[in-house]
Amino acid sequence: MPSTAQYLMLSATLFAIGLVGVVARRNMIVVLMSIELMLNAVNINLVAFSHRLADLQGQVFTVFVITVAAGEAAVGLAIIIQLYRLRSTVNVDEVRSLHG
Amino acid sequence: MDELISNAPLLVFMIVGTIAVAASFLVVMMRNPVHSALFLLLTFLCVAILFVIKAAEFVAAVQVLVYAGGIMVLFLFVVMLINYRHLPEERMTTKYTLGGVAVGVAIFLLFFTVVRTGAYHDEAPGAAKKLTTVKETYLAEHPTDPNKLVRRTRARENRNAEAVGMALYRDYLVPFEVISLFLLVAMIGAIVIGKRELSAVEEETAPDYMLERVETEKEVKELLSA
Repeated sequence: MPSTAQYLMLSATLFAIGLVGVVARRNMIVVLMSIELMLNAVNINLVAFSHRLADLQGQVFTVFVITVAAGEAAVGLAIIIQLYRLRSTVNVDEVRSLHG
Repeated sequence: MDELISNAPLLVFMIVGTIAVAASFLVVMMRNPVHSALFLLLTFLCVAILFVIKAAEFVAAVQVLVYAGGIMVLFLFVVMLINYRHLPEERMTTKYTLGGVAVGVAIFLLFFTVVRTGAYHDEAPGAAKKLTTVKETYLAEHPTDPNKLVRRTRARENRNAEAVGMALYRDYLVPFEVISLFLLVAMIGAIVIGKRELSAVEEETAPDYMLERVETEKEVKELLSA
């Protein structure tokens, strides 16, 4: 059985990769995908600790996190679609009308 | 190597974990968002297998249904709706690339030093406890007086979905209702935001395919009235 530490290392790797994607990529859709990656890394942590502590709380919380991720993806993608219609761009840098 | 073969879950973890890390790396590196989405799908499936190894079958099923089934379809729809040929090529190296990689490496090193201390290497005290046990009450005959019934609990094992369902509907009923309301709000929000409504100003900036659509609708109306 893989240890909790191994799961935590894997989750840390996925989280770091997702963070790099959020900061470095300019395409909004890929940024949203990277956020999903980070949420998935958190889910791995929760499930690993749920197994370690023999407590179902972690798995219940994982279900909630997945739900929130679904809502976030729906609203985020709707915003991206509308932005593409209005501005014909999905580049993070070109959307700066609120920039003072 | 013999140790790995005798320890099948660890072997599966090594293989699937490597695939998950490689796929998530490719999600970030791929220039084409369709390729990114497909590698993201691979990552989600690998993570579902990792959940199964840790005896969380219900969460694994939800992961496949909601993430791989729902969210990925949403992503692919949006990626296909956006016409990438009309957009300028995304620059892969910007002024943020170096900073992003630095932040990622810093966060990884932070987590690494936290995990490396060894607090999580040994088995936890509660690890032997069965996580998938469901306690149910039933009526049984009283040991001394057969005419009386008493309430007893019986434990049944290896029922992960049932155990999670019990926890979800008993201990976490209020958060569950709140999350259902959240989903409703998110759905309404997504519909309202994504609704297509052309005003006079929008019509000038709107991309061609939408105007073509409006024209065809107008033509259909003219055909119907004629």
